[in-house]
Amino acid sequence: MARVLINLPRTARRGEVVEIRTLIQHVMETGYRPGADGVVAPRDIITGFTCVYNNEEVFAAELAPAIAANPFLSFSLVAAESGILAFTWTGDNGFEQTETRSLTVT
Amino acid sequence: MSLPSCLRSGIERRALGAGLLAVALLRPARAERPGLREAVLGFTGGAEPAEGGVTLDIPPLVENGNTVPVTIAVESPMTEEAHVRRIALFNERNPQPHVVTARLGPRAGRARLSTRMRLATSQRLVAVAEMSDGSFRSANADVIVTLAACVES
Amino acid sequence: MRRLLPLLLLLGAVAEARESGFALMSPETQAMQRDDDANPAMLWVEEGRALWESAGCSGCHGDVAGMRGVAARYPAFDAAGGGPVDLAGRIAQCQEARQHRMPFARESGEALALAALVGLQSRGMPISPPEDPRLAPALARGEALYRERRGQLDLSCGQCHDENAGRRLAGSPIPEAHPTGYPLYRLEWQGMGSLQRRLRNCMTGVRSEPYAYGAPEYVAIELFLMRRAAGMALETPAVRP
Ligand code: HEC
Ligand code: HEC
Repeated sequence: MARVLINLPRTARRGEVVEIRTLIQHVMETGYRPGADGVVAPRDIITGFTCVYNNEEVFAAELAPAIAANPFLSFSLVAAESGILAFTWTGDNGFEQTETRSLTVT
Repeated sequence: MSLPSCLRSGIERRALGAGLLAVALLRPARAERPGLREAVLGFTGGAEPAEGGVTLDIPPLVENGNTVPVTIAVESPMTEEAHVRRIALFNERNPQPHVVTARLGPRAGRARLSTRMRLATSQRLVAVAEMSDGSFRSANADVIVTLAACVES
Repeated sequence: MRRLLPLLLLLGAVAEARESGFALMSPETQAMQRDDDANPAMLWVEEGRALWESAGCSGCHGDVAGMRGVAARYPAFDAAGGGPVDLAGRIAQCQEARQHRMPFARESGEALALAALVGLQSRGMPISPPEDPRLAPALARGEALYRERRGQLDLSCGQCHDENAGRRLAGSPIPEAHPTGYPLYRLEWQGMGSLQRRLRNCMTGVRSEPYAYGAPEYVAIELFLMRRAAGMALETPAVRP
């Protein structure tokens, strides 16, 4: 399992726009870089990210090799109702990881 | 004798210093590379994006091209009626023009995205937003990348 | 070659008070270090927290908060080895001598993660090298290594970091080489690395043969650098370009 950091408030007022920041540990090997032996290392990147809020997608991203190692993504969402946020990263070589956080809306 | 990395990058940097001047002088007339333009038009389905309404925030001078913070913000009320559907970022001189494409909607509340990218060398970036009325807007930025001294060899 | 360097050193302000490499970084890189939610090094700290439990450290040491102040006083004298041991070496000793297992290799993700976690407990504290007379020979050796000219460029550490600190080596500002932030996330590495990895980079930079990880020469230089930076605040886990 890759280490993940997700920053979001635990509680928010209804209608408030909250900022979410995520970091995930990943080499993001571009597929263009020759290794020490001169052979190009095969591509191994995270290609997709989604943030699902109570089963509805609120933000998604497609990532290319130009995204830096240990990808950082920051975006926002409207606190509509209390519930669960699911963050999923998918990538090469079957990479898939989901983390969930709860958000209480007052 | 091949030059040590510290010194080699020094020479390249001095060339870059001259490049900085050249870019500054030539900027208004500068033509984008075909790969970049094609990528932008691929995203818009051939439509020419209108400039304005998009902010592309990236340091103009980058101390290491491996991890460059970039933020794209689009002016939009982000309501059901009027919002941003997608935001994409393209570059000119990396091996591939595509950097990131985000999909969003009114539930995002704000049309704003931050990430960190790689820049192989000094180049132009273009951010394009697809609005809910089907129109496209864009912004661009030119970035100078200096090279790290004493890298691992 | 010796003449080449001054050509590459463009005149800049020469720092008077001691200054961390942090001060020379761009505002964007500084922001990355300042904000734990944006600092990629915190991914390694997270891993360290998991290892603190799974590798059995908590069994003897309890809460990692008890490690407060520890990183600020390493390298320390190690009676068993009769010389200085750095923090990474001390952690490896716990694994080897007390847990009877193969320690995590130097520069492995696990070793860096544990060192980052232990280091974080001392963040903001002044570097406080132990006043241990038994460290004197290693300290003297560290200083000698720091002053020794090396490599095809025939440069000593001090020629860059004392005589030319604050100036630019081509595009990069030359820091004063204070070991305040290690292990840290270097953008150039796209990952985490120890002070020894940083020293390796400077050695290959002047085209000299680096030592093997864990070599007593590195520990002696670490000891000297920590002494030289005594009183400066620890920043672990820092970010550097
Ligand atoms: C079997 C018990 C035991 C285990 C397990 C153990 N340690 Fe230790 N550790 C010790 C003892 C005993 C000392 C010496 C304490 C002293 O000198 O005050 C020590 C010292 C240390 C020190 C130096 C503390 C100082 O004040 O200088 C560090 C750092 C440390 N351990 C880290 C770790 C880490 C990380 C792990 C997990 C990989 C670990 N230890 C596992 C028993 C253990
Ligand atoms: C040619 C000049 C030069 C020499 C010689 C040199 N360094 Fe460096 N050193 C640098 C530069 C430049 C950096 C800044 C990082 C970069 O961009 O490479 C640096 C960074 C460092 C840092 C990191 C400081 C921080 O803020 O984290 C340390 C520590 C260091 N050097 C120690 C040494 C030691 C010890 C030696 C001798 C073995 C040495 N350096 C030799 C140029 C030099």
